Amino acid sequence: MTIEITPELFASVPDAHGRFGHFGGKFVAETLMSALSDLEALYARLKDDAAFRREFDTDLAHYVGRPSPLYEASRLSDAIGGGRIYLKREDLNHTGAHKVNNTIGQALLAKHMGKRRVIAETGAGQHGVATATVAARLGLECHVFMGEEDIRRQSLNVYRMKLLGAEVVPVTSGSRTLKDAMNEALRDWVTRVDDTFYIIGTVAGPHPYPMLVRDFQSVIGREARVQSLAQAGKLPDALVACVGGGSNAIGLFHPFLQDTEVAMYGVEAGGKGLETGAHAAPLSVGSPGVLHGNRTYLMQDDDGQILDTHSVSAGLDYPGVGPEHAWLKDIGRVNYVVANDDEALAAFHRLTRVEGIMPALETAHAMAYAERLAAEMSPDEHIIVNLSGRGDKDILTVAAIEGIEV
Amino acid sequence: MSRLSATFARLQNEGRQGLVSYVVAGDPSPSGTVGLLHQLVAAGADILEVGVPFSDPMAEGSVIQKGHERALANGMSLQGVLDIVTVFRQEDQQTPIIMMGYANPIERFGYEAFAAAGAKAGVDGLITVDLPPEEVDAIDTALKAVALDNIFLISPTTPTARIETIVERARGFIYCVAVKGVTGSGNLDANEVARNVAVIRSKTALPVAVGFGIKDAASARAVAAVADAVVVGSALIDAMVRVTEHEPAATESQVHAAAVALLESIRLGMDSSPS
Ligand SMILES: Cc1ncc(COP(=O)(O)O)c(C=O)c1O
Repeated sequence: MTIEITPELFASVPDAHGRFGHFGGKFVAETLMSALSDLEALYARLKDDAAFRREFDTDLAHYVGRPSPLYEASRLSDAIGGGRIYLKREDLNHTGAHKVNNTIGQALLAKHMGKRRVIAETGAGQHGVATATVAARLGLECHVFMGEEDIRRQSLNVYRMKLLGAEVVPVTSGSRTLKDAMNEALRDWVTRVDDTFYIIGTVAGPHPYPMLVRDFQSVIGREARVQSLAQAGKLPDALVACVGGGSNAIGLFHPFLQDTEVAMYGVEAGGKGLETGAHAAPLSVGSPGVLHGNRTYLMQDDDGQILDTHSVSAGLDYPGVGPEHAWLKDIGRVNYVVANDDEALAAFHRLTRVEGIMPALETAHAMAYAERLAAEMSPDEHIIVNLSGRGDKDILTVAAIEGIEV
Repeated sequence: MSRLSATFARLQNEGRQGLVSYVVAGDPSPSGTVGLLHQLVAAGADILEVGVPFSDPMAEGSVIQKGHERALANGMSLQGVLDIVTVFRQEDQQTPIIMMGYANPIERFGYEAFAAAGAKAGVDGLITVDLPPEEVDAIDTALKAVALDNIFLISPTTPTARIETIVERARGFIYCVAVKGVTGSGNLDANEVARNVAVIRSKTALPVAVGFGIKDAASARAVAAVADAVVVGSALIDAMVRVTEHEPAATESQVHAAAVALLESIRLGMDSSPS
């Protein structure tokens, strides 16, 4: 596709219909349409409202602990011997991942709409925990939909959510992972649309969600830009982030999109290898289609049925991806690549042992690719990796894979 | 005149309300669906709604969801549904058939290819749950070109101004969703349905069918008092599932018989309604 990349281009999406080029939109049942219009109208009003921004920024500063540091991983960089790797430490946020930036924002919207009940879907449980956390803080009723398979592999986060007062609703349909949790959350929302706010955990779903989640997460990239200039004296040469639905990636990328000298890499879950079909890499090997309210790249068969996915990390185990990423792929602004399960596990151990930072398995995919990339770069170049979350939640998974009983 | 218009005209002449039955193509078995459809017509269905199975049927309650899962496990596909309609039409040229499903399998098939294949098979209308008016232009053009009716849902949450824009595009009939919720939800409020149907009627002369939450003769009768047609889906599928749950060795004709019996009782209930 030949689209001229201008600064205005990235500010022009989504359009009034919620489209990013061919992607995005509002593909939902009629019952939800007026709730989406209400949300759109509210967000249009509050987005640039000084009081709302102040509320959001204050919460990010004093509740989440922002700005998150930009940390130069010196020992890791030295060991690789190529470009320098900097980590944007979203793992240091309250609740341990980038997810909370978004739940703070959406909870404020829920408050403005007077909704007393919030729902969320979760895969790794990080978004569920971040939602349960803001719900506890605001005294809201909270239900988190989670696939049975994910409940099993993210049991620590399930208990965290329960401690926070949320009800975790096991989802037993389909593949029992994130996509099915999202189906179930949408069904709940249709049923309780009057009193319920749906806090979507990534830049997917129907318009305006991909836009507002992006806006809330863009604090990551805005901070990283200032920090890079201050600490490295220049913009980064490359950005790397893992892509499940794509919220931590878009959060880092968005404020740099117009800086065409900054290369960007979104890392999808290669699972057991793209050639095996057991992966979660719709941008790498999927095709466009409609799921969960938007048009985007999907893993699907010839009949348009959505395929089961596989990833060692629950948070990347999703057959779709946010529509803005689909567009960024097609216009060629971002490169989408993969890291397999075993590469992610190796990167998990390496970062833990070399830097004393234990990343989430989702994040470990970004680390795996960043290491490869750094090796091809020179020491005067640097990469920023979105260290989207900490790995405590994954300890049992890693132990099980390695045959260790904890 | 289209089969749908002819059917609603006939019903009006007879002073009766239409009965629309919904089953998922390929559930309980692909080879049985054509026979089941003929039996449903014999039991009193005026219009057949055939569910096109999808891996992620986000507007369906658990009963229909599981029907989709069984149908897919049985290998049903969009082409398979079209084949079923083709075979059905060899014996029945009158009863309108509406396909109901989700956007992705149709997108994958191609809108124009689907419209052409649907018309050829003898499909009369299409309901695509996740194609609201905002997203419908492309498929609408393809369907219009072959005179297939695109049928829209109007829900209890649809504001009046939006009803106006929906009815402008609608053809065939209006599908009024009785409850805020997924298919098979309970607690249908007949008064609320009556109010919503009245608003729709003030905006369009198209027939209004009401569905979601109609389970038995009583709820069908209550809705038939205000609507032109009543849609029954989850209850039929549930009736079939119960047979197999109770008697795993039940034959397919025993399973179908449960749906047929329920539909007959609903038909009877509606026709005895003092309308
Ligand atoms: C730490 C972490 N990183 C990344 C993701 C993937 O989500 P996204 O692509 O929206 O950032 C998750 C999702 O659960 C996560 O917990």
